[in-house]
Amino acid sequence: MIGAVARRAGSGLVVLWAAATAAYLALLAAPGDVVDSIIGDGADSPQIRAQIIAEWHLDRPAVVQYLDYLWRAAQGDLGRSYLLQRPVRDVIGDQLAPTVRLAVAAAVFGVVLALILAVVTRGRWARRVSSTAELVLVSTPPFLIGIVLLSVFSFRFGMFPVSGDRGWAALVLPAVTLGLPIAGVLTQVLRDGLDRALDEPFAVTARARGLTERSVLVRHGLRHSLLPAVSLLGWLFGALIGGSVIIEQVFGRPGLGQVTLQAVSGSDMPVVLAVVVLAAAAFVVVNTAADLAYLIIDPRLRRS
Amino acid sequence: MIEVENLRVTFRLGKRQVEAVRGVSFDIEEGECLALVGESGSGKSVTARSLVGLAGPAARVEAGTFTVDGRDVRGFAARDWRRLRGRFAGLILQDALVSLDPLRTVGAEITEVLRTHGIGDRGDRPDRVRQLLTDVHVPEPGRRARQYPHQLSGGLRQRALIASAIAGGPRLLIADEPTTALDATVQAQILKLLAERRASGETLLLISHDLAVVSRLADRVLVMKDGRIVESGPTRTLLGGAGHAYTRELISAAGGRRRVTTTAPGEVVAEATALRKVYGDRTVVRDVGLTIRAGEIVGLVGESGSGKTTVAQLLFGLTEPTSGRVRFEGRDFSGVPERARRPIRRRLQLIAQDPLSAFDPRWTVRRIVGEALPRGADPQPILERVGLGADVLDRYPRQLSGGQRQRVAVARAIAPRPSLIICDEPVSALDVSVQAQVLDLLAQIRADDGTALLFISHDLGVIRDLADRVLVMHDGRVVEQGPVRAVFEHAGHEYTRALLSAVPTLEGAA
Repeated sequence: MIGAVARRAGSGLVVLWAAATAAYLALLAAPGDVVDSIIGDGADSPQIRAQIIAEWHLDRPAVVQYLDYLWRAAQGDLGRSYLLQRPVRDVIGDQLAPTVRLAVAAAVFGVVLALILAVVTRGRWARRVSSTAELVLVSTPPFLIGIVLLSVFSFRFGMFPVSGDRGWAALVLPAVTLGLPIAGVLTQVLRDGLDRALDEPFAVTARARGLTERSVLVRHGLRHSLLPAVSLLGWLFGALIGGSVIIEQVFGRPGLGQVTLQAVSGSDMPVVLAVVVLAAAAFVVVNTAADLAYLIIDPRLRRS
Repeated sequence: MIEVENLRVTFRLGKRQVEAVRGVSFDIEEGECLALVGESGSGKSVTARSLVGLAGPAARVEAGTFTVDGRDVRGFAARDWRRLRGRFAGLILQDALVSLDPLRTVGAEITEVLRTHGIGDRGDRPDRVRQLLTDVHVPEPGRRARQYPHQLSGGLRQRALIASAIAGGPRLLIADEPTTALDATVQAQILKLLAERRASGETLLLISHDLAVVSRLADRVLVMKDGRIVESGPTRTLLGGAGHAYTRELISAAGGRRRVTTTAPGEVVAEATALRKVYGDRTVVRDVGLTIRAGEIVGLVGESGSGKTTVAQLLFGLTEPTSGRVRFEGRDFSGVPERARRPIRRRLQLIAQDPLSAFDPRWTVRRIVGEALPRGADPQPILERVGLGADVLDRYPRQLSGGQRQRVAVARAIAPRPSLIICDEPVSALDVSVQAQVLDLLAQIRADDGTALLFISHDLGVIRDLADRVLVMHDGRVVEQGPVRAVFEHAGHEYTRALLSAVPTLEGAA
């Protein structure tokens, strides 16, 4: 058990290192000069340039800069933003909460909706209607869903604020926009799993005990259908990260999406690196959670 | 207790209508044991499931008279059926590994019956579960209740399944092939348990393709074929000298017959010496030695877990022995890289238990058999040898019957003209009459080609009918070996004797 945890932590560290290094190399290869990025729209002169190079230690070889970066990152120091001239830790810290709120709300909405739909739409017609709706949701770009929701619920009925992040009401539309495609995919996977589980002999046994069809579904089938759904956790996380960048733009929300976009377009290397490492760390956590979930759901995977 | 007249069950498959049960009539009397006998597809399971309204969502059930426990069940709503299920009738299916929810503990499954029918209260249900497990002779019921089906042996699992079926105190037990998935010794124990339930007053409806099992339990037998009852009567008279040709066919298949005359064996084809295989801290094969000569049929018997399949894998070069070695056609077959084995791989073929999973489902028979033949060769002559016509060439595995599929597997195995074919439970999944045909085919192949067969089975009857020599495995060891007749008539080892005595035989058959 302790060995397994240690192995898991070790491989997590390797993932973090690999992600940081890959991002570092990619940014190094990207066009543009670091000094240009730091100057931004500010005053530009050879003296200022020399000053910047000295202050940011840019005169050292790339390998030394890389190793220095790794060494400081390991101590929790992610450096300073070139653009904002603030510690990266503060930049991200400010923007992390709104994004996490959005992602969690969207994930909860998507998962709960998928569970309800998969369980409720068992009839022939309900299933057809639901499958069609899922297909539409999965194949529609999220920003379009966002715009449609905005124009109906914000502009027409004025039920929710158009933009910003004040209060829970402002969270509803973005979370729904991000959660709907997730619900679409998950519902299909869950329904498929339910169909297969309810065809198994143990479902016949359960019915033969006098259980209602709904009990067979909820007590037996659902748990079986969760197994394939859990393997989608990694995908779900990716969808949340990628989606939130766009959704935050559409709804004018603060968050990591905005920060990342600015950092990438402005070659703000320390911020981009921090976002990549953060995403990789979260991914490691999510995958560990998925592996644990397998063990909880399926006792056959636990070692005796 | 149950009265059925002119029962018809029709399934809607897309636009087609399939009649699974075509007008059967029968009664079940309180306290008796009635057996429904027939091969797969005869409609016996559908008939039995209709009695509790579980024929399936695509089924239409019609009957002239259909009373269960004195009530007319025609036009029963779902909730009326639910009150009968578990309470009036309990259902036991074939394999508890899949008939109990693999994700829930045995205790949770039994408790479910109690809760559904409001038996006892939350506090005393754990005691009731323990009592039920004790009733079906599960040792350490408290610990077992907290375990999952995969943690229990086949026998304990089946007992737990029975415990869940009797938890609601039903008067009727419907047992659908309750012992088919079990080894002979365990099968005997479960049959004894069912007999016990009957003695305690429960009525038993037994569905089986195995006449030997039926002869041990049933008072009356209904023989079904193609959705109709072709014969019925008291077990003794029916099995003694049945009138209907189909019943006689079933009886002769169950009785078995010697198929081969032992011939002088040729040179050594495969040889295993001091094989030992260790997985982690479990030793599954201990010091197994084995020689197979050309044209010989060697039987390898043992219960599940005895190590016989591992021996097959070692011989086949699928896994390396921990120690010991395998030689095939005079060359080293173990301890060498796969590259060295490949030139002679074609000389060693395998016939698996379930051809459906051994074939690529997207390949036609033409391609499956063609793959084993030289490029461009016509697969038809080979198919003719195994008794299949040209009409199967363009079919997919799932479009074939179980017997046809196994014939295709035989065709594929003999196509490269091997010197040895390893047959791993090749007929265990087949109905008895089909089983007999496949065994005939294998005997014929040996006689024609002089191919050696290693025949692995838990079914002693099959080994007795086909093999020249037999090896009995137990706990990874060969505990007994010798010519079939000698081993079967004068078993030296107590395990062999236990195996032999557990084989159900047809009682009262002529």
